[in-house]
Amino acid sequence: MSGGAPTSREERREARASHPMAKETIEESRDGRKRNAAKRARKMARKKADSMPVVEALEAPQQTRVVEGELVTPAPAGGVVGLFKAPYLLRLLVRREIAKMYSASVLGLLWSYIQPGLRFGVYYLVFGVLLDVQRSLPNFAIHLFCGIVFTHFFSEVFNGGTRSIWENRTLVKKMAMPRETFPIAHVIVGYYHIFPQILLLFICCLLSGFRTDLTGVVALFLGTAIISVFGMAVALLFSAVNVYYRDFQNVTGTITQMLHFMVPMMYGWDRIAGFQPTHPVLVQLYLANPVCDSVILLQRFFWTGVNMADGDLGHNAELPPHMLERGGITLACCLVFLVLCQWAFSRLEHKFPERL
Amino acid sequence: MVSSNTSIVVDDVSKIFTMHYHRSLKQIMVAKVRGLPLSETFQALTDINFEVEQGESVGLMGLNGSGKSTLLTLINGVLKPDSGTVKTRGRVAGLIATGAGFHPQLSGRDNLFLNAAILGMSEAETHRKFDEIVDFADIGRFLDTPVSHYSSGMSARLGFSIAIHVDADIFLADEVLAVGDKPFKVKCMAKMQEIRQQGTTIFYVSHAAASVQHMCDRILVLEGGHLNYDSKLVDGGSVEGGIKFLHYDDEEPDAPGDKNGISALADSALGAEI
Ligand SMILES: Nc1ncnc2c1ncn2[C@@H]1O[C@H](COP(=O)(O)OP(=O)(O)OP(=O)(O)O)[C@@H](O)[C@H]1O
Ligand SMILES: [Mg+2]
Repeated sequence: MSGGAPTSREERREARASHPMAKETIEESRDGRKRNAAKRARKMARKKADSMPVVEALEAPQQTRVVEGELVTPAPAGGVVGLFKAPYLLRLLVRREIAKMYSASVLGLLWSYIQPGLRFGVYYLVFGVLLDVQRSLPNFAIHLFCGIVFTHFFSEVFNGGTRSIWENRTLVKKMAMPRETFPIAHVIVGYYHIFPQILLLFICCLLSGFRTDLTGVVALFLGTAIISVFGMAVALLFSAVNVYYRDFQNVTGTITQMLHFMVPMMYGWDRIAGFQPTHPVLVQLYLANPVCDSVILLQRFFWTGVNMADGDLGHNAELPPHMLERGGITLACCLVFLVLCQWAFSRLEHKFPERL
Repeated sequence: MVSSNTSIVVDDVSKIFTMHYHRSLKQIMVAKVRGLPLSETFQALTDINFEVEQGESVGLMGLNGSGKSTLLTLINGVLKPDSGTVKTRGRVAGLIATGAGFHPQLSGRDNLFLNAAILGMSEAETHRKFDEIVDFADIGRFLDTPVSHYSSGMSARLGFSIAIHVDADIFLADEVLAVGDKPFKVKCMAKMQEIRQQGTTIFYVSHAAASVQHMCDRILVLEGGHLNYDSKLVDGGSVEGGIKFLHYDDEEPDAPGDKNGISALADSALGAEI
């Protein structure tokens, strides 16, 4: 059957070509192809001519409508800053993203706790118990938990943010709105996820005895600020790049996976500090990672707090020196990076509707 | 000159689309080796100039692919012109090309709130107009099902209903109702006449000449991205003149059999005035 098909098609084509009338039509269409296209379009348009019903204008004279405001470009005034000034739209999108996680899954939002919970369990068993890190690292569970919280936040923002514009393409193509809303909404969703985790962490710390000092509190806020600004910047940049090169949404998973090993959570800082004499540059690079810094700062608040209450401040319970200064510099760099990412986003977003 | 009640200014606007042929690395390599272009550009609009007063009702006509939807997307603010400027005064709402900007996985209700917010309505305003919008759209108990389960007519209904209740200063309608049924079309056209009477600027794209004639007091005709007829600028220009300019009522030289039927149809559609 399939073998015979092409021949019969060939035959049919030949028959058609040899038909005198058909030949004429083909010739003609080659001659005035353009004219014919226009003619066809007109014919179609004429057929549609009464496709819309006619409704007479109202009898009453037209009112004059006075519009306040200036003539402005209709493109939405974008910018992350503008979003937070008019947060209603952002709130709607965040609520929607969260609702999406509930929908069509039995465990719903629980999944976003099960996942980090399982990861915590695995790391605790493999690194804490099997490799016996907990013997040299007091309060290993808290140490690990601090890392899990912020890396989880970052993966949420990075993965979700990168896909956000692509996933909302139907809206982006048709509606004029600040497109920053989509990646930034994922940052808020990230907060929504980690807030209960931080609460849980705090309760655990209180139960096992907890003390804090001013440095600790500053470290907590500094760490949160760094991860927020960095997350925002990365989400903005990659959401835009992902429109052009869809490859990026496949890479994010791998990068966040690697990130778990690039922060001191399943091993102590002392392991890294050991390389200081031989590989000083690599150690500095390790510490230049904003996620790493924010995890260390979070540990400064929770983990050091618990250690202080235990009265155990052996050399193993140490964190890198000058963390507040380092954190301040990292935050400043992240802010500059955010401004750059916003600039790149504004440059790229003009072409979103035609590229999606 | 730009007066205080100018609603839309389109000044020397051109739009060039880049069509990307090769996307994957392999395709790019192959194209490079063979010396093929990596992308090609297409000029969809060329040096468009016009101004619209507040309250004017403008019909935009042209053959398929002449750039009507592109022009509306520029006025809407979704696209930016490659050169020239587009300026508008007040709130712009409307539907561009068939289908509204809905998120397919969201319910009609969520999409309603989202679209209203994007179009500049506050939460209180949306709640106030909610029943009115739902009644007008008449989608019944599908309000809480995902929009992906809607028929194309249903999402067009909801989209139109939201856009027309926004209380916009400029309303854009681009063949939005092509998929609607007749009763709904009548309802929509009546609603558009109503907002027209209230002084809203209307931009109406349709191939239906009779409908344009009754809805609009000015006509723009696009041909291959060029604005070739503006009834306000042409001497003795009129909406009928614009429709004539399109040659919708041309003689059909090579279809004598069809001629009577179709021309009769077209004539009746164009109204007795022509
Ligand atoms: N994203 C895009 N990339 C490349 N070309 C595009 C893009 N969008 C539109 N075009 C081209 O621009 C031209 C004008 O398209 P447009 O949709 O404005 O036509 P139209 O006048 O609305 O036609 P219709 O009557 O069919 O609605 C077309 O030739 C189309 O191929
Ligand atoms: Mg169109």
